[in-house]
Parts: sequence; C-alpha cells; structure tokens
Amino acid sequence: MSTLTPTTSATAATAAADPAAVDVPRSPLNTTYLRLDVRRVLRNRRTLVSTIVMPVVFYVIFGVGQEDAASRAYVMISLGVYGAMVAATSVGASVAVERASGWSRQLRLTPLRPATYVVTKVLAAATIALLPVAVEFVVGAVSGARMPARAWVVGGVVAWLGSLVFAALGLAVGYLLPSENAMQILGAAMSVLAMLGGLFVPLFLFPHLMQRIAQFTPAYGVGVLARYPLTHDGSVLGGVVNVVAWAAVFSVGAALLFRRDTARV
Amino acid sequence: MDTTTAAPTAGRLRTAVPAAPAGTVPALHLAGITKHFGAVQAVDGIDLVVQPGEVVAFLGPNGAGKTTTIDMVLGLSEPSSGELSVYGTTPRGAVANGWVSAVMQSGGLLKDLSVAETVELTASLFARTQPVDVVLRRAGIADIAGRRVGGCSGGQQQRLRFAMALLPDPRLLVLDEPTTGMDVEGRRAFWAAIRDDARRGRTVLFATHYLEEADAYADRIVLVAGGRVVADGTAAEVKALSTGRTVRATLPGVRLGDLAGMPGVDELDVHGDTVLVQANDSDAVARWLLTQTAAHDLEVTSRGLEDAFISLTSTTSTDEVPR
Repeated sequence: MSTLTPTTSATAATAAADPAAVDVPRSPLNTTYLRLDVRRVLRNRRTLVSTIVMPVVFYVIFGVGQEDAASRAYVMISLGVYGAMVAATSVGASVAVERASGWSRQLRLTPLRPATYVVTKVLAAATIALLPVAVEFVVGAVSGARMPARAWVVGGVVAWLGSLVFAALGLAVGYLLPSENAMQILGAAMSVLAMLGGLFVPLFLFPHLMQRIAQFTPAYGVGVLARYPLTHDGSVLGGVVNVVAWAAVFSVGAALLFRRDTARV
Repeated sequence: MDTTTAAPTAGRLRTAVPAAPAGTVPALHLAGITKHFGAVQAVDGIDLVVQPGEVVAFLGPNGAGKTTTIDMVLGLSEPSSGELSVYGTTPRGAVANGWVSAVMQSGGLLKDLSVAETVELTASLFARTQPVDVVLRRAGIADIAGRRVGGCSGGQQQRLRFAMALLPDPRLLVLDEPTTGMDVEGRRAFWAAIRDDARRGRTVLFATHYLEEADAYADRIVLVAGGRVVADGTAAEVKALSTGRTVRATLPGVRLGDLAGMPGVDELDVHGDTVLVQANDSDAVARWLLTQTAAHDLEVTSRGLEDAFISLTSTTSTDEVPR
C-alpha cells in the first residue's frame, strides 16, 4: 500500500504489526453470512413473487392447458429455468442495494476477503435459485406433466445450476447501476432474454432470422440443455458453448466492475 | 460461528485493549498527509500523532477535510502524498487485524436484517470477536436485538454501528460525526456509552462539528480548517489561542479620538454611544474606561471555545498555524 512508505519510523517498531500475520478466517465459506444472506432474500416479498409465484402462474396459464403430458413438462422445465435465472439475477443484483446502503463500505472495515464475498453470493444465488425449480417441478408433477425419471433429475439440475450464469450478470449490473434502477432494468431484461431464449414460446414459432439470433442469447443454452433429456432436440454442444461463453462474459464483466467499484470509495 | 454464540463469562466481559508494543508505537501517525480530488485540495498537509489511550476530537467546520482524513486512516482511500500508520502498520493491515474499527456517520446497515443478525453477520467476518450479546449490551441495544434495522431510530442505528465497531475489541475506535441527526437524548446516551468504553483505555478519535461535544468528551482537540490543522491541544489550550475578552460600555457622545489613550486594545468599535473593545487585559481597559471617561453600564464577557473555533477556522488563508 502506498499509504505507508518504508521510511515511516513506526513501521520498524513492531513485527507483531505485520499485516501478513493477520488472523483472518481462511475458508472462503462463511456459513453465517450465507445463512443470513439467504434469509434476507426470503424476507423480500417482491423477489419471492418474481422468482417463485410468477413462473408458477405462467405455468398454470400456458402449461396446464397443453394437450399432452410431455408438452406440459416442456413448459414446466422452461419456466423452471426462467424462475431460477430471475432468482440468481436478483441475488447477484442485491449488491446494488448493498452499495447504495453503504454496506459494501462497511464490509471494507472488516477483514472480509473479496473471494469470500463472491463465494457467499454465488452460494446464496444457488440456494435461492433451487426454490423456483423445485416449486415449478412439484406443481408440474401434480398437474399432469410427465417425462422419464432421468429427464426430471437432469433437467432439474441443469435448470438450477445453469441459471447460476445469471448470478454473475446480476452482480455486474449491480455494480454498474444504482439500486433504484438495477432490478427494474433487470426485470424487463430477464423477460426479453427468456423470450429470446425460447423459455416462453418455443423458438420454432419464431421467424427464421429470430431463431438464428436467439441462439446467441444467454438464456438459450441453459434452456436447450435443461430440456434435452426430454426432447432430445437441439445441439448439446451448442448449448454448452452458449452457457460457457456467457458465463465467461458475465464473470469477467462482474470482476472488472467489482474492481472498479472497490478502487473508489 | 462459535465466537458469536459463546456464552459470555465474567472473563470475556473484560475487553483488554492490548497494550502498544513497548509503549512506543503511536496509535495514529500522520505525517504531511494530503489528498486531492481533481483540482480540489481536500486535505492539505496534516501532521498528527495520537498516543494510545487518548480521546481526541477532530473538530472543524463542514468541508474542513475531517471525513477525508478519517477515510484515509481507515484505509478506505489513499493519501495523495504523506505517510500514515495505524499502530505501526498500514490502515488496511490494522483493519484486518481488528485493531481499528469505525462508527460511520450514516449507512452501512441492511434494513432487512435484525439488530442481532447484523452484529452476528459482522462478527462472522472476524477471526476473533467479543460475544454478540456482550457488544449489544455495551452499546445499550440488547433490548431491541430482535428488531429489524429498518425499524430502528437514528440513535438506535448509531448504537448498532457502535456495537459492530466493538466486536473486534479494537485498540482505536474512529467515529465520524457520530451524533449527526440525533436528538439531545440520543446524543447523550450515545456519548455515555462511548465515554464508558473509553474509560477502559481505548483510543478514540472522533470527528465532529459540535463544539460542545469536543469540549465535553475529548482530552484533546485537533482543530482543522481548510484541510490543515490550525490548533491542537486541550480544550483550555485551544480556547487560550483565541484569548481576550470583550469589554462593552456606554459612553454618550463618544468619538474614536476620545479613546486614543486606552491601553491594551486589540480591536476597537464604536457604534453610536456604545464602545466595544477586544482586549487581552480587559481589566486595564475597564479601569481606564471607568476612571478616565464617563463610561457606564460596563460589561466584560469572555470569549469561549466557539470564538476560538470561529477565529481559528476563518483565518486559514494565512500561513500562521498556532500551536
């Protein structure tokens, strides 16, 4: 740190003051922080409505009325992905609220390491994102969605973990925008991305050009992969490339914006 | 975390502030600290040494550079130039060790958490802390532990920040305008808690623009203006820097020329029949007025810390730094 030049006489006075001797919790996993952060999200009614209630309502409107059990399952998985991606995004974007409230600054007065903070946020996003998938699948199961057991398990897990890409997107936007705007913009953006990713309407109903463009949007890959065990439709490789590429883009963006944010006060 | 759930024992209630190694390392050492934001010179060369155990008021008008300096002491920003150490190490090192903590003026809290949850979360970020219930009690908020932060008054939130700052049992506690926006009652309760805590030997540095706070709670006042230290000493010493009293008398039909023989005058004003004299030796002025003129209704008033504050902070354009 440039705040302390080697010539400061006080520095030589004590070896015990060496910051290298700092006794900071080593593990990047802080279960207390994780538990309280998850609890904080669950206390936010607006988040619960947009991540759990809305996808279920969409399913009841668009899914239950489908002719066959597999089509219901198709809609169910897609909306499970949608709920999970909204959940992951909101957890990531909660950093906007933390910045606005000065919490981020408060954290800088503790030994908390950035790695612990990011790990906590990602795990909180994973915990919260599990809820819409689970709820959607239970509602689907009791309302007549049917598919092979493997499709339930793999589809559910992919929908859940694949959507974590959006936690990084939420983080990036949370560092970019003030809190009043972050969630409003993200809420609208999620709907557009879900539409383009074929989560609301199957992509084959789109014009050809739209279908081509859709393949390059961030919700497309996770949707294709989550439905693949049911539909065996689309390219697994293409889906994986899409997810990995967007994960890289969002993570690098979040990391750069995080660095920019901590560089100033 | 086990540090936060451990039952408080009599032994843990005692918060031994570690003695400074060899008694030589100052709690705070600032040498020639400057900070500019673009063309704005917020801090213009501050030198300050605070010894362990001192309670120091960082007093100055708004915009004097108090918060900017405190941010640098806490490692939230870096000086443009100069040397700065906290207990012999960098600010970030001191923060990471839990040697320094701070009560900021506002913000820094999450509305959706309860008071106890906020302290528990903060505790989990440190390797070793005092038990949650102990700091809640010390800050006087044990009775509202279950309340949501969003439902707490400004004074309660400030005591919550104080509880959080107590967690690592810091050697140096920094308070940035801690009572801004508090009512008189809340302010008194807050300072009672701080004072009680400082009595145990903790070093305290607090920024304030309330003169009476500096006067009442600090061992030492560092007066800053225009990003520089303009006075540094006990409240009495700072007051003495702006010594002198005001003598006021009524002298019908007075003209300035009539007062030419008055001794020891610093400043002389005549408004109608009223004579106003600033003087170090007010006795001599009073004696002269009463014996050599027809002055009557004579009053002598002393200038307080407020006058010292005004006279010292309003003349920062001069290079003179009274010490």
